[in-house]
Amino acid sequence: MNGATPATEGTTVKEEHGLLEIRDLEKHFPIKSGVLIDHEVGRVRAVDGVDLTVKEGETLGLVGESGCGKSTLCRTVLQLTPPTSGSVKFDGEELVGRSAKAMRPLRREMQMIFQDPYASLNPRQRVGQIVGTPLRIHGLASGESLKRQVNELLERVGLGPEHYNRFPHEFSGGQRQRIGIARALALRPKLIIADEPVSALDVSIQAQIINLLEDLQDEFKLTYVFVAHDLGVIRHVSDRIAVMYLGKIVELGPAERVYANPIHPYTLSLLSALPIPDPRANAEREQIILEGDLPSPANPPEACRFHTRCPYATEICSQEEPMLIHHGNGHWAACHHPLNREHPDAVAEALPELGKQPA
Amino acid sequence: MSLLEIQDLKVHFETDDGIVKAVDGASFSVDEGQTLGIVGESGCGKSVANMTILGLTQSPITSIEGKIMFEGKNLLEASPEEMQAIRGEEIAMIFQDPLTSLHPFYKVGSQLTEAIHVHRDVSKQDARDRAIELLELVGIPDPARRMRDYPHEFSGGMRQRVMIAMALVNDPKILIADEPTTALDVTIQAQILRLIQSLQDRFGMAVVLITHDLGVVADTANYINVMYAGRIVEAGTLDEIFYDPQHPYTWGLLGSLARPDRPRVKRLSQIHGQPPSLLAPPQGCHFRPRCPHEFDKCKQTPSLDPRSGTPAHLDRCWLPPEKKRTLRVIQGDQIGLEAPAA
Repeated sequence: MNGATPATEGTTVKEEHGLLEIRDLEKHFPIKSGVLIDHEVGRVRAVDGVDLTVKEGETLGLVGESGCGKSTLCRTVLQLTPPTSGSVKFDGEELVGRSAKAMRPLRREMQMIFQDPYASLNPRQRVGQIVGTPLRIHGLASGESLKRQVNELLERVGLGPEHYNRFPHEFSGGQRQRIGIARALALRPKLIIADEPVSALDVSIQAQIINLLEDLQDEFKLTYVFVAHDLGVIRHVSDRIAVMYLGKIVELGPAERVYANPIHPYTLSLLSALPIPDPRANAEREQIILEGDLPSPANPPEACRFHTRCPYATEICSQEEPMLIHHGNGHWAACHHPLNREHPDAVAEALPELGKQPA
Repeated sequence: MSLLEIQDLKVHFETDDGIVKAVDGASFSVDEGQTLGIVGESGCGKSVANMTILGLTQSPITSIEGKIMFEGKNLLEASPEEMQAIRGEEIAMIFQDPLTSLHPFYKVGSQLTEAIHVHRDVSKQDARDRAIELLELVGIPDPARRMRDYPHEFSGGMRQRVMIAMALVNDPKILIADEPTTALDVTIQAQILRLIQSLQDRFGMAVVLITHDLGVVADTANYINVMYAGRIVEAGTLDEIFYDPQHPYTWGLLGSLARPDRPRVKRLSQIHGQPPSLLAPPQGCHFRPRCPHEFDKCKQTPSLDPRSGTPAHLDRCWLPPEKKRTLRVIQGDQIGLEAPAA
């Protein structure tokens, strides 16, 4: 695990450097209305000020409920959709504001694996074509050498040369996901963003794909951003975990710490809501069941966005927005009433005005 | 006596490619007040078996054999009128996707009152009162106003509550819930599972919960059927399935889970290959091609019998029980199909 950060406790500024540095990234989608002339009547704040650093060789797990902005964050980072504001640096190079042409050489270095293995493969192309296209576009291989490289890739992900000339519909979900992985791997990227890569698959196939992704990480020294809503899968694959709620990161830290000592009440309630596949452990624990639904990101609650559903909320939570602060050992959280806090004074020292608030 | 008893049910579909044996000899029963969990992966026949109970799989290409006994009557021989009276009245069903199960053009209130009018001769006002009462029962705030909303105006969790309200219209004896929380987020899933349990406690109905999620059954069921490729391969109480599983497929399912409540393991144990095509399932035990413990006898189909020593714990595996107890332990106290390769 390489989760420790050099930042001092209680600070809000992150000085670390990583393969991917996201600073104050925002993506707002306008809500428009009007008959002839559109005018903006509101904004969906899908990603609303995200700071995140992904270090080389690590797996960063990104969790949150549907609509919390995790997929938009991925797409914005890869510039598949331009951000509203903020900065994304990959290997020290700024991505925001680049033209499509200027992005192209960098795209080789970062690839994506998608959730739906049925929708993300062109049904009219053969597997060989699908996996070979990135190599061809970037002018890395052609003819016999292209075919050889594609076959090597197929073999690496557990398929064979007999699959080269088949169409996606001839494959099962798990095999299709392998094709998607081979395609992402073709350009030997440094970073792979996997958006719910196993959630469409059955349990027994999930384990195969997760093991494959882990083997590939060791072999090709890959860095992963792994998005999932399955907290079991995330715990298994991640070195560090970021928890998102309504466009913001509410907790960030080394995987084992986040699971063992969640600081943010939202993380705690996510873990608590999850049914454990162990009847005795399930019966023993006390569940916190959150009331109500996720609020709309078009009209998020004031101040702390979780205060409308939070069992620990007090007055301050609806008045002041909590900052993402360091609670020691690389564990960050944005909460006025942090749980399981090992260094309660760190916060008070760094932000004295917070210390005065009633607990 | 059981409320519902399914005996050797076979549901086969004749397609251009051949006969798909979606359910190939399933026997199980549902007792009063019980929660039966049916677990299996996609295509194992768990939904088809339960839709057949309600007569929803009948078509020119379907051939159905076996018996579905409900209150002394075989539902497979019931007339369409008799089925109509049972469906929704005695046995109700809720589905995975509440958005496609509700009509998008009608207000939720009129869909609910319609369900009441179909089965009961009541006045408009009484039906409306009953509908509001039901919405309140399933935890929808401000039910009188929500009656006038369309399905798209509800969130996923609220829609599933509406579906549950609709299923409860006639106080059914059995509620079949087919992946009721799969489309929902974990926090909402927890709300819906609690709701189903509290309604069950209150009205004493039996619940058949179909799911692929072992966490969900561990949380709610008291008896479990594990299905694989059209057959029930193991059936037992919650504790028997989780702590004394007899079938290698069950071991594989338990072993390949990434556990949220335990520190990470180095590698997940996996089941190799993929489920067989139901057009041409393997001869004998259907799990044979993926099973590392296969031996000669597996070419004969094992019947679903009590093999482990407890009468209600059934499985379809030829391995001797004492051998199973050692084979299934892969590392430490972890149960799985085989230890993960390094």
